[in-house]
Amino acid sequence: MDDSPLFGADLSFHEITEKVSSHTEKKTPLAWYAAFSIANIGLMILLVMIAYLFWNGIGVWGLNNPVGWGYAIVNFVFWVGIGHAGTLISAILFLFRQQWRTAINRSAEAMTVFAVICALVFPGIHVGRVWAAYWMLPIPNQMEMWPQFKSPLLWDVFAVSVYFTVSLTFWYVGMIPDLATMRDRATTKIRQRVLGVLSMGWTGANRHWRNYEKAYLLLAALATPLVLSVHSVVSFDFAVSIVPGWHTTIFPPYFVAGAIFSGFAMVVTLMVIARKVYGLQDIITISHLEKMNIVILLTGTMVGFAYITEFFMAWYSGVQYEQYAFLNRAFGPYAWAYWTMMSCNLFFPQFFWFKKLRTSIPFMFVVSILVNVGMWFERFVITVTSLHRDYLPSSWDYYSPTAVDVLTFVGSFGLFFTLFLLFLRFMPMVAISEVKGIKPEADPHYYDGHGDGQAGNALPTPAPGASTTA
Amino acid sequence: MNALQELIRDVKASMGIFESPNPELHGLLAEFPNPGALYHAAEGVRDAGYKHFDTHSPFPIHGMDDAMGLPNSKVGWICLIGGITGLALGTWLQWWTSAVDYPLNISGKPFFSVEPSVPVMFEVTILFSALAAVAGMFALNGLPRPYNPLFYSKNFARATDDAFFLHIAATDRRFDSEDTRQMLSDLGAQNIEVIRDRGTSELED
Repeated sequence: MDDSPLFGADLSFHEITEKVSSHTEKKTPLAWYAAFSIANIGLMILLVMIAYLFWNGIGVWGLNNPVGWGYAIVNFVFWVGIGHAGTLISAILFLFRQQWRTAINRSAEAMTVFAVICALVFPGIHVGRVWAAYWMLPIPNQMEMWPQFKSPLLWDVFAVSVYFTVSLTFWYVGMIPDLATMRDRATTKIRQRVLGVLSMGWTGANRHWRNYEKAYLLLAALATPLVLSVHSVVSFDFAVSIVPGWHTTIFPPYFVAGAIFSGFAMVVTLMVIARKVYGLQDIITISHLEKMNIVILLTGTMVGFAYITEFFMAWYSGVQYEQYAFLNRAFGPYAWAYWTMMSCNLFFPQFFWFKKLRTSIPFMFVVSILVNVGMWFERFVITVTSLHRDYLPSSWDYYSPTAVDVLTFVGSFGLFFTLFLLFLRFMPMVAISEVKGIKPEADPHYYDGHGDGQAGNALPTPAPGASTTA
Repeated sequence: MNALQELIRDVKASMGIFESPNPELHGLLAEFPNPGALYHAAEGVRDAGYKHFDTHSPFPIHGMDDAMGLPNSKVGWICLIGGITGLALGTWLQWWTSAVDYPLNISGKPFFSVEPSVPVMFEVTILFSALAAVAGMFALNGLPRPYNPLFYSKNFARATDDAFFLHIAATDRRFDSEDTRQMLSDLGAQNIEVIRDRGTSELED
């Protein structure tokens, strides 16, 4: 680790417990009700729009003949991508022993689970005949036919549903010790009962920790290839087709980088607000935010590089349709969307080269929102501009969303924030046991005067009562 | 029969479930001031030949498995079995549905081939490995375990906050109320408490 303070360096074990759990125990603040009400309005909009869609059919959306994939697919890819940062933080940074992740991994994992719920709404409702949505699952239909396993769309069903299940499991398993911490502090009978059930009788026994740590490591090792596979499979939905602008081998890595990019931006947006509102500035420090901004800079540059590579490949392929698809993106009727994407994703994150800007809270907040706008437009550009002018000019058309399209998307934010606010209110939003576990004082050899540096780099000070055995 | 009971007792002990025949004496719970003291105490208890003991801490303590003399966790093997099951199931599902139960000719492609089947095989493998790892962890830990005699200790609630405990169960062959207590206090225990197993009925109070 570098010399920056990890977090909570000045907090004792008890203060960490106190700081995190007290937010779930105090009286609900009025501001929470205000935020929850607004989120609920969004959720209601989503439900009403879905009901309206089910009643009338997908004609209420703006889809037309060449553009058969519109907002539903764009929103699906957008939300799945948001989720990927949570898995990256919880699994990949865990495997790389990046201890700073402990301050943010719990809320990032929650974000993953909720973003994937939002994503799963869209494929579920876009099928047209919702009563046949179960055809996506390996259940024989009334003709005793099975799903078509050679289709990337079916791979997607498997990838995203496995991703949701594993993310949810990972999140819950990670929370068990912290739920036990909250159970042992609970003062009301109902809290004791509910947390007692959820924490499964956890007592912090080492006979349990050893299996728990092994299972957690395995989950991280499994979630890492999983998260890379999920967005690769999402990109196959496009790349396996023969539509110019979609049919490229660069898609899987480019989609994964874009997903991490947008997800980290969402984590920054959420953390900037949450640490301020919940007074967690000494657990989620500027140093954490800066590290996330560096990841945004890195992945943003990778995504920008992919945009340029696509142009090069279109020119180098010598295929007229391929070349036209890309020129049409940048200079055709959707140029406004393309340049929004380019400026939000490639240009603005470059300001993070400057340390002053990447450690400035207001600046990073603005950029994180711009990145999410840009990444939504990336999916819009890929989906819509490739479809709206295909091989035959006679079938060209312009796609515009209807109010139902837009309100369904707005409503999905209502669903996301409803779930996220419930999480902040009732669950331990920081991984209490993990934050304690990486304090220097958590290393048993810290007290011997010859710490091995595994748990931190504080100066060793012998403690009384530690030298009674040889 | 006796051998079977012995085996069940050992398996339960490996999960930290110690069933003392005497409800008045479940075990001794000793508190230590910090992770280092707990670590050395566990080494001391291990070297004294005790088997039925456990340490309780708010976070995993690095090296404690060795200090307690515990072998490597078996969760990895359960995860491997889950993964192999998932891979077999994912492969079988695609082959059986598309080549056996209802073969459909799609643009002259083979009914089943490995290449397009890889993504689903991979995802189902991951699903089964992950769920097996978690289920295996719960099974080897004997969780969920809603009742635990240790919960009767008021002090023990701090085990998930900032306190470090060592519990020696009365079922251990070397357990002796006086000698064990003496050893714990020699190891630097600050606060030694007798745990009684009062059963679930009294939890209502």
